[in-house]
Amino acid sequence: MTQYIVLSAILFTIGCVGVLTRRNAIVVFMCVELMLNACNLAFVAFAKQHGNLDGQITAFFVMVVAAAEVVIGLAIIMTIFRTRRSASVDDASLLKY
Amino acid sequence: MTFWLLAPIMVAAALGILFVRKAVHAALLLAVVMISLAVLYAVLDAPFLFAVQIIVYTGAILMLFLFVMMLIGVDASDSTVETIRGQRVMAVVLGLLFGTVLVVGISQVTFGAVVGLDEANAGGNVPAIANILFSKYVFAFEATSALLITAALGAMVLAHRERLTPKLGQADLAAQRMRDYAEHGKHLGPLPSPGVYARHNAVDTPALLPDGTAAESSVSRVLAARGTVRSAPALADDIDDVRRQIGGLDGHSDPTTMPETSGKAGAPAHTEEDVQKGEEK
Repeated sequence: MTQYIVLSAILFTIGCVGVLTRRNAIVVFMCVELMLNACNLAFVAFAKQHGNLDGQITAFFVMVVAAAEVVIGLAIIMTIFRTRRSASVDDASLLKY
Repeated sequence: MTFWLLAPIMVAAALGILFVRKAVHAALLLAVVMISLAVLYAVLDAPFLFAVQIIVYTGAILMLFLFVMMLIGVDASDSTVETIRGQRVMAVVLGLLFGTVLVVGISQVTFGAVVGLDEANAGGNVPAIANILFSKYVFAFEATSALLITAALGAMVLAHRERLTPKLGQADLAAQRMRDYAEHGKHLGPLPSPGVYARHNAVDTPALLPDGTAAESSVSRVLAARGTVRSAPALADDIDDVRRQIGGLDGHSDPTTMPETSGKAGAPAHTEEDVQKGEEK
């Protein structure tokens, strides 16, 4: 069971580093998805570990929320792209000034 | 066994997301990770989540990513400019520290014997999940339905664009074209079609103007932005090579005296027939 949790931790870390280093908003978003998936793997692994299905249900809810989040997030990225002609996270900095 | 087969692939694909330049490649690598995860779910006695992972994540969410990528331009690749100095290095160092802490922490925990899902899945995984979902978690389930409706509405509101100017009809467009011609001398007709050559006739090869230069308006500017426009004269390079070799063997046919067909040298592209016609006139 440990190996599944370790893999989940590694994937989560890679997702974290991706969010911090990438500039393209879509790729940043994909890294967020990677982190959510890593958590799901931990949930499913623990469901098997403890012998009840609550972990699987939680993973299912995470997927539903991720789907909703992706829809809204991509719509926001598209709106920003329409006005600024750029998908870089550095360009949407108007609130800074 | 399946785990040890898939885990290296997943980690490699996930690392690839960090390093590839193009967003489309990142999406494809993410698909690899997600399908491998689905297989791991199947190994972990979660056949329902296996199907949901493939249908929802790989099928719906990744396709949505690809759609948006097509809308905002595939060539929108990452910039390498650092806005905060040293941010990338710091992020990698922090990530390595975080990962080490997590892995070391997890490896020091003993999980005990795996209970396994044979008992919980006795009547089948899907009925068992349905039993819990519609009894213990029914309020959370209702809340997700509200969330999904809100998300759909939100996406519609965000994607909706108010029309600020009246829609241009065919008559307006024709009038605009005439006005452009009158004011700027812009060509009235359609844009030139890309070049059609004996050895290559795809849309990425520009047509040649009479003076042998490429007509830039004959290829899509998306291709030009992506840098995949071919050079028509370059396609004729090996023909010229062959011709030169023949000329070298025979010694009588000099390439410069042959009719210029490729327009490569930038010479006037009229042939001897044209010249003869001109003399007859």
